[in-house]
Amino acid sequence: MIEVRDLRMRYGDKDVLTGVDFAVHADEVVCLLGPNGAGKTTTIEILEGFRIRSAGEIDVLGQDPAHATEDWRARTGVVLQSWRDHPRWTPRRLLTQLGGYYVPYSTPERPRPHDIDLLLETVGLTGLADNKLTTLSGGQRRRLDVAIGIIGRPDLLFLDEPTAGFDPQARREFHQLVQRLAELEHTTILLTTHDLDEAEKLADRVLVLAGGRIVADDSPGSLASRVAGESEVRWSVDGQRRLQSTDDPTAFVRDLLRGPDGDLVKDLDIRRASLEDAYLSLVQQHEAGHTEAAARLFTEVTR
Amino acid sequence: MRPTHAIRLGLRRGRLEFVQSIRSTQDQGFYLFTAFLAVGYLFLRRDTEVAGTDLLLPSVALPSILGAFVAFGVVIGPAYTLAMEKEDGTLLRHKAVPHGLAGYFTGQLVFQTLNLVPQMVTILVPSLLLFDNLMADPSGWVTVVWVLLLGILAAMPIGMVIGALVPSTQKVGTWGMLPVMVLAGISGIFYPLQQLWGWVQVVAQVFPMYWLGLGMRSAFLPDEAAALEIGGSWRTLETVAVLGTWAVVGAVLTPVVLRRMSRRSTGSQVQAAKEAAVQWVR
Repeated sequence: MIEVRDLRMRYGDKDVLTGVDFAVHADEVVCLLGPNGAGKTTTIEILEGFRIRSAGEIDVLGQDPAHATEDWRARTGVVLQSWRDHPRWTPRRLLTQLGGYYVPYSTPERPRPHDIDLLLETVGLTGLADNKLTTLSGGQRRRLDVAIGIIGRPDLLFLDEPTAGFDPQARREFHQLVQRLAELEHTTILLTTHDLDEAEKLADRVLVLAGGRIVADDSPGSLASRVAGESEVRWSVDGQRRLQSTDDPTAFVRDLLRGPDGDLVKDLDIRRASLEDAYLSLVQQHEAGHTEAAARLFTEVTR
Repeated sequence: MRPTHAIRLGLRRGRLEFVQSIRSTQDQGFYLFTAFLAVGYLFLRRDTEVAGTDLLLPSVALPSILGAFVAFGVVIGPAYTLAMEKEDGTLLRHKAVPHGLAGYFTGQLVFQTLNLVPQMVTILVPSLLLFDNLMADPSGWVTVVWVLLLGILAAMPIGMVIGALVPSTQKVGTWGMLPVMVLAGISGIFYPLQQLWGWVQVVAQVFPMYWLGLGMRSAFLPDEAAALEIGGSWRTLETVAVLGTWAVVGAVLTPVVLRRMSRRSTGSQVQAAKEAAVQWVR
């Protein structure tokens, strides 16, 4: 569905993307994870065809998004973060109006657009279908954004930070909605988030973006177990603190205690590094401005 | 391949936006307030005679006021709407659907044109009831129609281009309101153009506003009143030529500018505008 090779983006003299490579396959839910300012939005906007890249090769649904046709538009959905647009419209009227554009693209296998009433029910807005948009809460508006994004039954759906500003309840409901979409509609989904927890919940595969490139590309499960492979052993001898990273902490500690200083070892502590630790230190380094170091560190930790 | 379908949707969108607008008390209030000001002014000066003619002020001023409101409405209306809707994500939504931009701009054209109806009606109806001798010859209504249509085609592209080029909605005041107010001031609506300096006359006659007012006066007033105008004539040919030129240039230029603006519209731009809007002091 998506092929990205050596994608580069430069604003002025600042390189935001320095060579991004990845692929997204049909029916996958892929999460682009990274600290704020890592270039997630830039990447997804380039794939949506809203932003022109500096260099690199991109294929989305068989076309280059920068020169994509209107037929291509009909097959992609974009969930936008609405703000105060269409204040006088109602969800039903707006969905009917925007859904209308997909009518010429309807096929027997994939009737377009969605039935409005069913869609309103899916996103839980049936009771508010005829209320003005100004009366909707933030969470309700965001669910309408999702409904508008999928009104044309897209083969591929883009979501940029979809749960930013959600309360925990709205967040859970939103996650369920995305999972339902992926299962029932066979929609391929690419979403961005800076929240590891969200990526682990939703994604079949997580791409970690840092230092302008993809530093990890794996399922949440194996990403976590890869990180868990490196543990830190800390101890002290005669008041001197020691630290050792190892793949096999059990064997290391056995040798340590049997060794010459075995009887002097105190304050023994084994810390299994979690994915969360690795990600948090990535975010910290990134926010301190050490983007390159952050990316290198994360690559080492998850090797 | 299917832009005709999108244009049909745009027509429906424009109609819907109009219906929603006249149902809102905010917009009703605006129409009534502006009509109250215009008709109130004419009423207060209903017995004032216009020098050099046997006409009363309402007869002479009403066509100019209508012309000014049309020019104002079709320039400032689209300028504000476009500036606002590229900030709040309306434009981006249409960019994300197939042929959505064709539909969006069709909708704008229809909406902004329909907006003139309540504006005209709220001024014309009370004026026709309150004042005599407004329309010298019923055939003038035909002139009203073509002057209005040509005037809309000439002036609306200016509004759309301003809306497309301004960096933010707040700047429409500086780049839209101000120049239009100045043009209104020098366009012979409040006092005859001939009494102003020569270079001001030239500037005024470059823009469509003066010609919209002149065209409207030629529609409403008797032929003798042409004596008050530059050259003592309604200059109908020149009106058609100037408004027509603006319309043609607008029709050619506006799609280019709008396409450029839409190409640059992204989610981050909308996000940035949102952040800018909550941060008043910078």
